[in-house]
Amino acid sequence: MRLTPLETLGIILIVAAGTQITRWLPFWLFPENKQPPAWVTDLGKVLPAATMGLLVVYCLKGVAWTAPPHGAAELLAILAVAVLHRWKGNVLLSIAGGTALYMLLVQWVFT
Amino acid sequence: MERTERLRSALRAAFPVTVPVLTGYVCLGLAYGVLMAANGYGPLWSVLMSAIGFCGSMQYAVIPILAAGFEPLQAFLLTLMVNARHVLYGLSMLERYRGLGWARFPLIYTLSDETFSLVSTLDPPEGVERRDFFLCISLLDYSYWVCGTALGGLLGSALTFNTAGLDFALTALFVVLFLEQWKERERRAAGMTGIACAAVSLAVFGPDNLVIPAMIMILAALLGGRKLTCA
Repeated sequence: MRLTPLETLGIILIVAAGTQITRWLPFWLFPENKQPPAWVTDLGKVLPAATMGLLVVYCLKGVAWTAPPHGAAELLAILAVAVLHRWKGNVLLSIAGGTALYMLLVQWVFT
Repeated sequence: MERTERLRSALRAAFPVTVPVLTGYVCLGLAYGVLMAANGYGPLWSVLMSAIGFCGSMQYAVIPILAAGFEPLQAFLLTLMVNARHVLYGLSMLERYRGLGWARFPLIYTLSDETFSLVSTLDPPEGVERRDFFLCISLLDYSYWVCGTALGGLLGSALTFNTAGLDFALTALFVVLFLEQWKERERRAAGMTGIACAAVSLAVFGPDNLVIPAMIMILAALLGGRKLTCA
């Protein structure tokens, strides 16, 4: 432990404050009692889909695409998730199946 | 009595959808507790950070600062940059979190990536109130993260089960929720925009700086697209 307890607590509070600013900002800018402008409401309808795309790519940011196996484990597991989800439409099953396949691939196949 | 029954039905509806988050958060929380312990910060500190900070990847990002020296300004700026994506979540949730009263405080306080992906995509089943459903999801996710951290801090590296790849559960969760969004035809263009902007940003700015340029590109593309379709 490099920092003193008081300094550590300070860092924790600062990180919490910074995080909460980013979480509350839109709610401060567009308070409940006022109707937000149309472009904000429209944006709110399409943003979740775009953000989910961003989060998928964000999760894959550490993959080494140029070196073997060129992200094969990730791509195969995502394919499995998509196929399972199309087939059964069960959120838990799709995630469990994809994760199990991924673990199998990284622990046994692409080691 | 009626109140507990109402909460119970909300919990019953919320718990199954949070199971993927349970898997991911316990793994990543555990790893976080272990990593903090390796830097000399015991379970008390890792749990405090998880409970008050509750910001996943940012908690990892601040470890080098905790290991190097007291740099409050650097920690603050790093937090704003790493967590800037939360602004998108708030913008998306303005409507869904409208009129929920006191519940808005815990809901917004704990609006992490994974919680956002669930509350923005899923609707409560018949007979379950929106507020109760969102609250149960948010607080369950929160407790998974804090408990995972505590476990990691206490167990340390005593774990022997090979968990490599288990955190893929979170990637799979985002893929599934992306597919759920994809079901609505008019959201597909936005979904593709998100992937394309993030991929371009990753290629140009690299894995450590991809989020903010991607956000700007997404906002510009969606607002530009809106102008085109409304004109």
